[in-house]
Amino acid sequence: MIAHYPILQVIIPLLGAPLCLFIRIPRLVGLFALLVSAAAFLVSCGLLQQVLSHGTIVYEIGGWAAPWGIEYRIDQLNSYLLLLVSGISTVVLVAAQTSVKKELPENRHIYFYTSYLLCLTGLLGILATGDAFNVFVFLEISALSSYTMIALGTDRRALTASYQYLVMGTIGATFIIIGVGLMYMMTGTLNMHDLAQRLPEVYKSKTILSAFGFFIVGVCLKLALFPLHLWLPNAYAFAPSIATAFLAATSTKVAVYILIRYMFSIFGIEFVTTSLPLNDIFLVLGLIGIFAASVSAIYQRNVKRIFAYSSIAQIGYMILGLAIGTQLGLTATLLHLFNHALMKSALFLAIGAVTYRIGSSQIYHLAGLGRKMPFTMAAIVAGGLSLIGVPLTVGFVSKWYLVVALLDNGWWPVAVLVLFSSLIAVIYVWRVIEWIYFTPPRIILDDIKEAPLSQLIPIWFLVLANLYFGVDTRLTVGVSKMAAQSLFGVTP
Amino acid sequence: MNIIGLYNYWIVVLLMMIGFYIVIAHENLIKKLVGLTIFQTSVFFFYISMGKINGATPPILDEKWQLYSNPLPHVLILTAIVVGIATTALGLSLVVRIQEAYGSIEESEIQVQDTHDQLECQLEAYGPGPDFTILNKDLTK
Repeated sequence: MIAHYPILQVIIPLLGAPLCLFIRIPRLVGLFALLVSAAAFLVSCGLLQQVLSHGTIVYEIGGWAAPWGIEYRIDQLNSYLLLLVSGISTVVLVAAQTSVKKELPENRHIYFYTSYLLCLTGLLGILATGDAFNVFVFLEISALSSYTMIALGTDRRALTASYQYLVMGTIGATFIIIGVGLMYMMTGTLNMHDLAQRLPEVYKSKTILSAFGFFIVGVCLKLALFPLHLWLPNAYAFAPSIATAFLAATSTKVAVYILIRYMFSIFGIEFVTTSLPLNDIFLVLGLIGIFAASVSAIYQRNVKRIFAYSSIAQIGYMILGLAIGTQLGLTATLLHLFNHALMKSALFLAIGAVTYRIGSSQIYHLAGLGRKMPFTMAAIVAGGLSLIGVPLTVGFVSKWYLVVALLDNGWWPVAVLVLFSSLIAVIYVWRVIEWIYFTPPRIILDDIKEAPLSQLIPIWFLVLANLYFGVDTRLTVGVSKMAAQSLFGVTP
Repeated sequence: MNIIGLYNYWIVVLLMMIGFYIVIAHENLIKKLVGLTIFQTSVFFFYISMGKINGATPPILDEKWQLYSNPLPHVLILTAIVVGIATTALGLSLVVRIQEAYGSIEESEIQVQDTHDQLECQLEAYGPGPDFTILNKDLTK
């Protein structure tokens, strides 16, 4: 049983998804999805434990040896992210029970949970697999199901947002398979481990260079790097709250993982830094992304959009960590990946709770809610502080490591810009806080009560995780450091 | 390198550019999906021509043949075709829903309606208050 954990991780949600269709009772479907996700979470706990004690796990699917069969390869990096994705998914599903019931018409609950589990399958599959083409397949599973989830949003703009995402997402995924195809053409293998060994012989060829180019553009579309982020704000703003919380916390992070995996484990850091001026490109785009998205966030009227733009800015920080190109920089990226997932899931779930009570996420509808929904609003404040990077929150930890990595590399002007960008975050977070606490209500709030416990518990669980990992950084920093070391080929 | 001998790759590039251009340039949502399909199809051609080895046969062992070509790219492309169908189907069903919701599948008309929605929503919320001048400026964009 334990030997089969890598495949169980993916198979459990994959089988759970069609089973959702057979359970016709909407109420039960939610609980079933929660159960499936919790099972996936337990498996990922087991995997992380195994990896930490015994090292990398290699699992051959169907018993076919690696270059012919598909292998799953779990190391420190992906076991840590598997834990994150399945954990966040489980917590979000707890809140989903009430939120989905209120937001979506009853006949759509089944489809929502089916696509949710399929999306989870896709994301876990991308993380677990050790095969370059398999990544594409899982990428499309998760992408297609997220288009469906977004289109289930009640506003009609959800449809156009989903359509736009579909077009851009498909272009991104197609670029990725072109890249994979060009690599296969030169090496005759799709296994990541094999690719890494065979690629150095053909590093000089133009084919590999163009494979790398296609690949980078494709993945950057998926992870919404500025200026390829256009699909993200609308998709997050109009999707059902639960879908937003899940996608914002996991899907772009998994795309960042693909980027890291290909850059370090397949192409190798030497090729990446010498063939293209990638560090400079990432540095410039990361910085522009941080500033452009943070400034746009200030001008949004929908709270979901504010935090969607802030997500683009946070992606900028992760890319900045990669641009440094050192082990410290990579550690900062991995830390921020984990920490940002915690912040954004807490924030979007809190906004989901607001939508649950007042049926809107427009910022002016939040006016005066500070007194009516004190716990939910306090969670938004805590999440906001974490976004800014106030000490004792996870945001501080990741910004600290990023700034240290920048200074270590001698890029102090960039470090100053990063600190300055936090001030912009203060502005957009403050704007939300001002509406919540210091503005008289714009709508009648007499009947508004605090969010139900089934939503408050997951929200506060995530907020407390934000605070806990902001103080006790042993797990997050420890695993990030180990993963960065192994990616740089330094055995600890 | 024989430029004409690589004609299949030229076709791939041509199809890719045609598809990509349609996706970017056309306003009609169905036409965009057609472009997207052409774009994906070019990749299928690319994989299939990559799998061809001159003078080789499928890997069914026989004494007459020395050279075998790997059928893996074809298998991969079967998967990619399935993914492509799913994408197109989902895209088309979204277009149907968009047509039902907006009464149009032209991008510009949908945008006009969206802006209109936003404007009404904001007028209702803010009223002609101090925020209103800022609002107007934003909306005329």
